Amino acid sequence: MALLQLSEPGESTAPHQHRLAVGIDLGTTNSLVATVRHSLPECLPDDTGRILLPSVVRYLRGGATVVGTEALAAESTDPRNTIASVKRLMGRGPVDADPGMRARYDLVDAAGMVRINTVIGPRSPVEVSAEILKVLRARAEESLGGDLIGAVITVPAYFDDAQRQATKDAARLAGLNVLRLLNEPTAAAIAYGLDEAAEGIYAVFDLGGGTFDFSILRLSRGVFEVMATSGDSALGGDDFDELLAHWLHKQAAGADLDCGANRALLSEARRAKEALTTDASVVAKVPQLGGGVRTVNVTAEVFQSLTQGLVERCLQPVKKALRDAVLKVADIEAVVLVGGATRMPHLRAAVKTFFGRAPFTDIDPDKVVAIGAAVQANVLAGNRRADEDWLLLDVIPLSLGLETMGGLVEKIVPRNATIPVAKAQEFTTFKDGQTAMSIHVVQGERELVSDCRSLARFELRGIPPLVAGAARIRVTFQIDADGLLSVAAREQTTGIEANVTVKPSYGLSDDEVANMLKAGFEHATDDMKARALREQKVDAERLIEATRQALAEDADLLSLAEAQRIDTAIAALVVAREGVDHLVIKAAIEVLSAATADFAARRMDKAIRTALTGSRVDSL
Amino acid sequence: MSVTLSEAAANHVAKFIAKRGKGVGVRLGVKTTGCSGMAYKLEYADAEATDDLVFESHGLKVLVDPKSLPYIDGTELDFVREGLNEGFKFNNPNVKNECGCGESFNV
Repeated sequence: MALLQLSEPGESTAPHQHRLAVGIDLGTTNSLVATVRHSLPECLPDDTGRILLPSVVRYLRGGATVVGTEALAAESTDPRNTIASVKRLMGRGPVDADPGMRARYDLVDAAGMVRINTVIGPRSPVEVSAEILKVLRARAEESLGGDLIGAVITVPAYFDDAQRQATKDAARLAGLNVLRLLNEPTAAAIAYGLDEAAEGIYAVFDLGGGTFDFSILRLSRGVFEVMATSGDSALGGDDFDELLAHWLHKQAAGADLDCGANRALLSEARRAKEALTTDASVVAKVPQLGGGVRTVNVTAEVFQSLTQGLVERCLQPVKKALRDAVLKVADIEAVVLVGGATRMPHLRAAVKTFFGRAPFTDIDPDKVVAIGAAVQANVLAGNRRADEDWLLLDVIPLSLGLETMGGLVEKIVPRNATIPVAKAQEFTTFKDGQTAMSIHVVQGERELVSDCRSLARFELRGIPPLVAGAARIRVTFQIDADGLLSVAAREQTTGIEANVTVKPSYGLSDDEVANMLKAGFEHATDDMKARALREQKVDAERLIEATRQALAEDADLLSLAEAQRIDTAIAALVVAREGVDHLVIKAAIEVLSAATADFAARRMDKAIRTALTGSRVDSL
Repeated sequence: MSVTLSEAAANHVAKFIAKRGKGVGVRLGVKTTGCSGMAYKLEYADAEATDDLVFESHGLKVLVDPKSLPYIDGTELDFVREGLNEGFKFNNPNVKNECGCGESFNV
């Protein structure tokens, strides 16, 4: 018989109407599942009472799969078949997968996404993640006594389309219906927003195992708006472990370690780091090549000075997000800490110093994201009254735009625009009689297409042949609540249309996401110059094209000397166009324009004469 | 006439109310819906209504509206675990038959 839950007054659901939905925090290091029971959000433990499921999957010969603590325990004995931190590979192309992951695993470059070679063959990151999700799904269904109608799964705010899509694919593979993907910091805000119901501007500082996300959120009258996000997709608690492991290894003066011993060293470093949260010092057992251990004493001070650089790295995106949102530190009401790594005392101290106030830590930093996701899932599943519904606004992390002539980027949706969003802009043809247009969708902050990330390409065909600049093509960018993009192009007079839903090209290098924003600022001046140069080149090309066209049609209007002068100016511009100085090109454009001024006037006269010939004055 | 909580149920109700941060007790009742006629209502109670019948059980207030009482008089609310699943269960002596899942019943 079904077991009943306590409801809020007046909200008892009709029999069979309570829809089971969960929130899942699919983390780099640990994953967990939460739900709303008895009107309270709570994390669901497994049959041994553990809430955190280590995001580790081990493949055994014969096809069995082990997930979680048991797999984690095998990390040092069977490193190649025990996959940890797979989230770092989600949606990653073969070109530039995380170098750390490359060192640890036997990665195979497959079309689309890298694969990890295991004892039972290559496995994609999506498949590995699905194994984790399957375990959480089974735990939830057993705990709730029924089938789930769906789940809200959280992703770092930095995840691009490819990574989000990969996460959705993993959920589908695990048999989960994704109600929505939710940015992790937003989920944390939901968890706190409901519990505290306080208005104001909040910062969410989320240092997980493998990713750092910083977000600024505005909470007012129950509405969450993400004002800005920033972060570093290659910074997390794991990096602290690695630094400490490296130091421990040096202290123990050991020889180079093999794969397994290296893994044991990392686990030991993690244990030491966790112990230093409460203890002033800890004795670490450093594994040696060929077995055996050497003990090394680590104090909190040593750990602190070792990792101070990482702590400072966390503060860079913080400053940038504040700049983006045009806010001062004093505008922030409170800072929410998320992620197990924020337990480190020196990190907390650094956050406190930076913001001038103690961070918010009411909810367990390991659970807060899952709890927020559970609350959101409960709303989306329809277990709350409609009048309690609230809107949830999110933002896009990188600007989206398209390529225009000269390899320049025209931004259509600026970064930090709230989603869902739809924006449109009109474009036109570059050449006379142009009947097709290639739409190249790019993502990034830079001015040149070559510096941004290519998301998709499609063609709009059947544009009526008109003179250059006469056709009107409206391009619409639409981003849904999950942050997935669809782009449509429509020729306004004929109504012909073409569109693309961004099928992620899984080809993003690890560094790219983290560095794209940074690069946008660092290269602001270069970009400005590059844009000026490209614009002059496009102008030059257009002018050369038009002049040659005119010469072909009306060469008879020119004397030999005039024609020569124009030819010389064209030749000079052709040469200048290949240069790198936009001012030189501009000067050459002016010379050619001046040389053709009379010619243009004569052509105009001729055109008018032709139009008037045979017409009577009174008929005009 | 009484409606009671088992000790396990009382402990859990007390815990949930503490976590929720408000509530004077728990409200039990029935509504006429469901595949077998009646459905149980189990809610947090923030205030007593004037005609509520109030029972004390393990130090907690159990509120029942007078129209519901005949259907659930003598009920003991229990809290049970079934594997990882856990929740409340109405042990209601008035029930003649209930639907397979036990979420609705008739008397």
